[in-house]
Amino acid sequence: MVAFRQRLIKTYLLFGIGSLLVCLVAPLVGSTPITLRRVFDDSIPFANNVDAQIFFIVRLPRAIAGALVGSALAASGVVFQALLSNPLATPFTLGVSAGASLGAMLVITFGTTLSLHSFSVVPIASFVGALTAATIVYALATFRRHHLSTNVLLLAGVTLNSLFSAIILFVQYLADVSQTFRTTRWLMGNLDVSSYGTILAALPLILIAFTLFAWLPRTLNMLTMGSESAASRGVDVMKTQRLAFLSASLATGAAVSLAGPIGFIGIVIPHLVRLLVGSDHRMVLPASACFGAAFLVACDVVARTLVPPLELPVGIITAILGGPFFLWLLIRNR
Amino acid sequence: MLHADNVSFNYGERPVLRGVSITVPSGALLGILGPNGAGKTTFLQLLAGMSTPSTGQVTFDGMDISKIERSHLARRMAIVPQETYLTFDYTVLEVALMGRHPHLRTFEIEGPIDLKITREALAATGTVELENRTFRSLSGGEKQRVIIASALAQFEQASQERLHFDKNQPSTVLLLDEPTTSLDLHYQLALGTILKKLNHERKITIVISTHDLNFAAMLCQELVLLRDGRTIATGRTEQVLTSESVRKLYDVDASVQFHKASGHITVVPLDKD
Repeated sequence: MVAFRQRLIKTYLLFGIGSLLVCLVAPLVGSTPITLRRVFDDSIPFANNVDAQIFFIVRLPRAIAGALVGSALAASGVVFQALLSNPLATPFTLGVSAGASLGAMLVITFGTTLSLHSFSVVPIASFVGALTAATIVYALATFRRHHLSTNVLLLAGVTLNSLFSAIILFVQYLADVSQTFRTTRWLMGNLDVSSYGTILAALPLILIAFTLFAWLPRTLNMLTMGSESAASRGVDVMKTQRLAFLSASLATGAAVSLAGPIGFIGIVIPHLVRLLVGSDHRMVLPASACFGAAFLVACDVVARTLVPPLELPVGIITAILGGPFFLWLLIRNR
Repeated sequence: MLHADNVSFNYGERPVLRGVSITVPSGALLGILGPNGAGKTTFLQLLAGMSTPSTGQVTFDGMDISKIERSHLARRMAIVPQETYLTFDYTVLEVALMGRHPHLRTFEIEGPIDLKITREALAATGTVELENRTFRSLSGGEKQRVIIASALAQFEQASQERLHFDKNQPSTVLLLDEPTTSLDLHYQLALGTILKKLNHERKITIVISTHDLNFAAMLCQELVLLRDGRTIATGRTEQVLTSESVRKLYDVDASVQFHKASGHITVVPLDKD
């Protein structure tokens, strides 16, 4: 279909360029004004160029982390919703983010003895935590033949969230004061990444996740008709479900390892995108990834500039925006 | 030809089907008739290769159906479930195009041929003018016809009318699970007309499961009567559908007569008191 192909390309371009613009402009905005000309002024040595230091050391890694985390969480939300045939499923509501947090927390708190390696281990631990939670959800979803009702799904999410939170509190209780301070800030959902190293450690997981995502869109369309209808149209349902759970867990794990459990991106973005482009996952998935990146980066700009010179954790902003949105969806869906 | 050879199926300990054997010849319009809980849906799923029988075997054109690759099978066999609920709202055209899935490679986008076949399928079910509506905005009867169109779009040769059966030509089978459950009288008749036409003009083999005696009598050339997972009778509708078999099937006395004006058998249940 020529018309469909054009619509697809138009959507990709529009969302891609839009989010790129937001991510490029964001580092220029902040409590200390900087100009692009001074940032790239070669005549001033880097050690003396405050604008360049703010841009490259403080704001750019933050924007990159925001873009990666936002797109990973939004895309995971899309995948979980299609997979569980439920518009309220997200990494956050399912407890997958909490599982990832616990994994990361364990390494951050006890992993310091692992010294050098602990940096690159955090994303892996976070992924393992996410996968554990996702496996529990998967087991619940496939235990009965039919798809999970919203009630069961949300209750399972609440249960997993409280379970993981309790273990996180236990871990915090065992940790010393300075560690507790660090992890508490991290648990608020924060893009205050200290270096490019953290980003590089999470990047491989995100790349693998997005490569796997590329295989999913049309089969996700099929799954939203119900797994039996999908199977009768030639979809290998089991394989698709496993691929989807694995890739969404990878993306969630990587995102959480970077920025802590930032909530509501996975629900707000996919729903807004569906209003704009319809329900076909070949549009929804890539468009949500782009929109998610732009949205989180923009939220972070708000977090950095709302009460200067304080830099609020961005998780607080997304929760204040996302909470009411989630309630509205809950009312509309029932 | 679709053939079930002595198939049984258990849900855990509970037997749902006990040694059922039937043959569905290519081009047949066959009804599986029985009360609620007789095992109709399970049987239909076994015929579609969606689940594997505990014992026995289902063959499709001579091949063990469980050995046929899913996407190949989907090009020749489609199933219309009792109800379809979409998690997200798609347009009618999008839903119908989903039937082309087994013909597309992983990253392939539906081409002009897919669109043509899909539009023909919509036309065959009288829903082509709905193609830009959203699925959720449709009535129950319209939804079902769109799902049937989506199922028809699965078939390779949807656009070719075949005048007679070629033994070498693989058969195409449409299975419908309780298709009249949520339909009013008007839509029931319309559905009957559509299915008859598909069977006649496109030579599509049709198997429906139903508990509706009169709908089965109106539509089906052949019937399989199923109760408690066993076949009570199989054969041509006018031979199988008698007051005696209705009593066996439903524990209800009924008057079964040929109705001249409608041209088919009608079943009128009689109150015992």
